[in-house]
Amino acid sequence: MSSAQIEIQVIASLVAIACAIPGTFLVLRKMAMISDAISHSILPGIVIGFFITQDLNSPLLILLAAITGIITVVLVEYIQKTGLVKEDTAIGLVFPALFSIGVILIAKNANDVHLDVDAVLLGELAFAPFDRLIIYGVDVGPKSLWIIGCILLTTLGLLSAFFKELKVSTFDAGLAASLGFSPGVIHYGLMSVSSVTTVGAFDAVGAILVVALMIAPAATAYLLTTNLKRMLVYAMCFGVFSAIMGYWLAHILDASIAGSITTILGLIFFVVYLFAPSKGIIAVLFREKQQRTEVFLLTFLLHLKNHNEEGERHVNHLNEHINWQKVRSKTVLDLALKNNMITINNKIVSLTEKGNDFTAQAIDYIITNEDTQIEHMKDDFFLFRG
Amino acid sequence: MRIKEEIPVFAGIMDITEYIQLVFTDYTLRTITLGTAILGAVTGMLGSFAVLRKQSLLGDAISHAALPGIAIAFLITGAKDSNILLLGALVSGLIGTFWIRGIIKKTHLKSDTALGLILSLFFGFGMLLLTFIQKQPNANQAGLDKYLFGQAATLVESDVWMMTLVTGICFFVLLLFWKEFKILLFDADYTKTLGFNTKFIDVLITTFIVLAIVLGLQTVGVVLMSAMLLAPAAAARQWTNSLGRMVIIAALFGSLSGVFGTAVSASQNNLSTGPVIVIIAGIFVLVSFVFSPSRGLLFKQIRFIKNRRDLQLHKTLSFMYNIVKTHDDISHPHAIKILNNFQGYTKETLQKLVRKNYVHLEGNQWSLTKEGFNTAANLYNQQSKTDE
Repeated sequence: MSSAQIEIQVIASLVAIACAIPGTFLVLRKMAMISDAISHSILPGIVIGFFITQDLNSPLLILLAAITGIITVVLVEYIQKTGLVKEDTAIGLVFPALFSIGVILIAKNANDVHLDVDAVLLGELAFAPFDRLIIYGVDVGPKSLWIIGCILLTTLGLLSAFFKELKVSTFDAGLAASLGFSPGVIHYGLMSVSSVTTVGAFDAVGAILVVALMIAPAATAYLLTTNLKRMLVYAMCFGVFSAIMGYWLAHILDASIAGSITTILGLIFFVVYLFAPSKGIIAVLFREKQQRTEVFLLTFLLHLKNHNEEGERHVNHLNEHINWQKVRSKTVLDLALKNNMITINNKIVSLTEKGNDFTAQAIDYIITNEDTQIEHMKDDFFLFRG
Repeated sequence: MRIKEEIPVFAGIMDITEYIQLVFTDYTLRTITLGTAILGAVTGMLGSFAVLRKQSLLGDAISHAALPGIAIAFLITGAKDSNILLLGALVSGLIGTFWIRGIIKKTHLKSDTALGLILSLFFGFGMLLLTFIQKQPNANQAGLDKYLFGQAATLVESDVWMMTLVTGICFFVLLLFWKEFKILLFDADYTKTLGFNTKFIDVLITTFIVLAIVLGLQTVGVVLMSAMLLAPAAAARQWTNSLGRMVIIAALFGSLSGVFGTAVSASQNNLSTGPVIVIIAGIFVLVSFVFSPSRGLLFKQIRFIKNRRDLQLHKTLSFMYNIVKTHDDISHPHAIKILNNFQGYTKETLQKLVRKNYVHLEGNQWSLTKEGFNTAANLYNQQSKTDE
């Protein structure tokens, strides 16, 4: 590995960590699309800043772009407050308009701006190591490394200082307000950090990857844990992992680094989405199937309890009476038999004592609908899942 | 034949009649104007449903999610036939849409997270493929990136025919399923109890929204397509409360944005059509927000001020009524002075009451007329009957 390669990976990892922190809170606060809006609408800020400073890495440019980001948030909230359209429409109206202004500004001044719209969308991580920060003639490293490093340090500092406040206001805005934390300050603080991070990460990885790095690791982590601290750590790990893997994928395919980092993020999310314990799609489908069987079993037992006449309890007529298909009837019958809920004599099904007790409890629960009654039944249910 | 260059610049021809003449005579300009107008109409039509279903940002997600489809279609066929590429975009857009639904339905991730996730992941994957394609030796690959921001100049007559066809189908399906769409939109549970197949209707309308978005990718581009879907509908919403009228107005706004956008970008140097159309649509929204008679901010403010004035008038009148009540003769005159303690009173409100013939003035004295007395007595009983 050459030093440039190491530097690229370090920058990408730092960007990933810096994005994961605000991203986690955005996902939890249901404001993930705001990050998309900000990443697009800071374009005019960047262009105007570039006209003034003629330098893509100047602090003024970052400041201007961050202000544009805040303006976006304020505009969205203002439009939403008028009640003329819903929040999502407000977001969808504001950022394309601002982005269009940015694109037009670039296009009108195409001759004297070395700012390419493609680069804005994708960034050019591969060139990041060539833009060095030189202080008193000493080369201290790539500029983007310093920029994103500063942003990351600030974010980490703010996070550790206001962790409690952020946590309370994210999960219980009412409590936070009554405890005396201003929801507005926390909200706009988070928005400012998101904007600054977006801008800082922007020229390294581009508008779209910023969104991906903010949302995808946090969403993936959210499928794995419900603990905020763990979610933050997981999100950072996923971010860094995909940053490094993405770099090597891009290296092999000779394609955009930003694109391949996003692709790795997508793959990780897809795997977690499928296989996450208890929240992954397979776990959810499995649980739904189990619950369905449980309900079937209960219906079947209730049917047995309600009918003493033998005609209703004949094995062969089961599907006619409860309107089930053959296979399903057989599964339910076997399950009930295995749990000693029923006995079959001469093809006539009858409840055992255990089955009778259980059904009585179930009816009790259905009638009163009290949660306490279901608690110990859950253990019984658990037995069925053999 | 494909036209590779941007829209020819007709700078200096700011004369409107001359420009209109040119629209009819110049092939490129005519094609583009027609194309953007039709596109605006179909996106406005279907966008109304997206906005009302609170799926505004779905458009953004779908348009981004369509990018890998374009790249994969190109990788498979190796040709740049816009219809095949759009087919790829349609497939990948639909996959994105249904994955978003899967995430929202089956996991505890919220809709905004699902949208942002699919949007950025698909787009990133698409960019990976695009940059990968660009490194390929296939000379055909140039110009695929026009789908990022759109290039109306590459529209040809067959594209316009394609758009017209799709718009026609959309319109036909919309008319055919109008009742179903409408009822699903406003009361989904009721629709289900009536026995409609809600899933089918839902998939149908979503598919058509995806179709409209995909259709616009070539003209407006992946990044700005969502605005084409939203802006005309959001503007139209302000002018009416009827779905039918909203769809028509949105289609009209959409096509006007297309036509004006094309005109503006044709008359200026270096202006790509997509962003200009979006800005024009944004202006429509802004104007609608401010000037719409029933919902607009301007008239809302005017109504607000008027209500406040009415309230002051009523307060003064009821204050007078309370004084007059204590006398047997309602037209017994009182000094104007005694009104001075009262907050709502101004000379102006008094004049207004006189003009309405509620109050009779004589020198420094006032008295309620019979009409004024009755109005004041019934002020809180039958609101708004005699109010202006």
